[in-house]
Amino acid sequence: METTAVAADTNWWNGGKSPFNVEYGKLMMWYFLMSDSFTFGAFLISYGTVRFSSNGWPNPNEVFRSYPGSGEINAPLVFVSIMTFILIMSSVTMVLAVHAGHERDKKGVMTYLAWTILGGLAFLSCQAWEWNHLFHEGAWWGRNPFPNSDGTASSTNFTNFFFTITGFHGFHVFSGVVINIIMLIMTAMDTFEKKGHYLMIEKAGLYWHFVDLVWVFVFTCFYLL
Amino acid sequence: MENTDIGIVNAVHDNPGGTKEIWRTFWILLGLTIVELILGYILIGVESHGLRLGLKGAIIILMLAKAFYIVAYFMHLKSEIRNLIMTILVPLALLIWAIIAFLYEGNSYRNNRNTYDPYKRERSHIMSTDVKADEKGKPQEKRTGAME
Repeated sequence: METTAVAADTNWWNGGKSPFNVEYGKLMMWYFLMSDSFTFGAFLISYGTVRFSSNGWPNPNEVFRSYPGSGEINAPLVFVSIMTFILIMSSVTMVLAVHAGHERDKKGVMTYLAWTILGGLAFLSCQAWEWNHLFHEGAWWGRNPFPNSDGTASSTNFTNFFFTITGFHGFHVFSGVVINIIMLIMTAMDTFEKKGHYLMIEKAGLYWHFVDLVWVFVFTCFYLL
Repeated sequence: MENTDIGIVNAVHDNPGGTKEIWRTFWILLGLTIVELILGYILIGVESHGLRLGLKGAIIILMLAKAFYIVAYFMHLKSEIRNLIMTILVPLALLIWAIIAFLYEGNSYRNNRNTYDPYKRERSHIMSTDVKADEKGKPQEKRTGAME
């Protein structure tokens, strides 16, 4: 597979070549991710719509102010910063795994995939802790113990959206970890070595980066705004 | 090499800068996140409505910048050919319309109810500590949180 420069005047629609210049699986992964971004987009837009239609909304800095072992200390944004950092870091190790795949460096792919899986598991553990913590504070679907920021009584919209959207994102992280574990096993079994390329790692990588991308939006919409 | 050798000029889209570019992107993302968090901290103490809106706008711009760096450099969309970039990005423009239309709709729903629905307006002034007293009067009402 030679990496030749694509001529600027190539006519991609004359037939005989892929008009998107990628193999089938990668193109379909892109289309899947596009459709998935509509799912998350619809979730976040409905969250925004309901928030805009409400007279009051809980203050995220009063809701998300703990981290494991923090006790009663008021520490807004600390725990979610750690979660964000973990996910960015795992994105970096994933892109390094893809890079190692291009160089047909089996050992590099396995090392970086293992780190990515570890990052994903760390993120999931953080989320599990946070859900558990909020549950014990009385928050769940249909239950909202947090008053609006102006002290007025709140509806359950806040917790419903929070648990649905972070839950759906967490499910994506979980699937990403499973996919990466499968990739790690396949790499260890020399499946890609026999195929002659590591394009599969690239597709798994696209999915993993998308999970990170969604977190950028979820994190901003729920914790910062 | 099942279907990878059919008409694909450049199947391997590596970052032109190699690992150096990966780490550069990482530092940019980290920097943007830190700035975002600093703005988030500043936002806690700010009372002025205009300033809050400005800070939130800045956070959203930083968020979009982060999204750009992830998609362009980590997902290598920037090194794909134009056809692929367009087939992914053009449909997403629908979301721009959806954000404007639905947020406008939500806002106008709130304004209309505050104007024409006195019950709703009254309810939005109930303090969270009064909810228990409020419930006695309206037993059919669902409990609206802020209890215990």
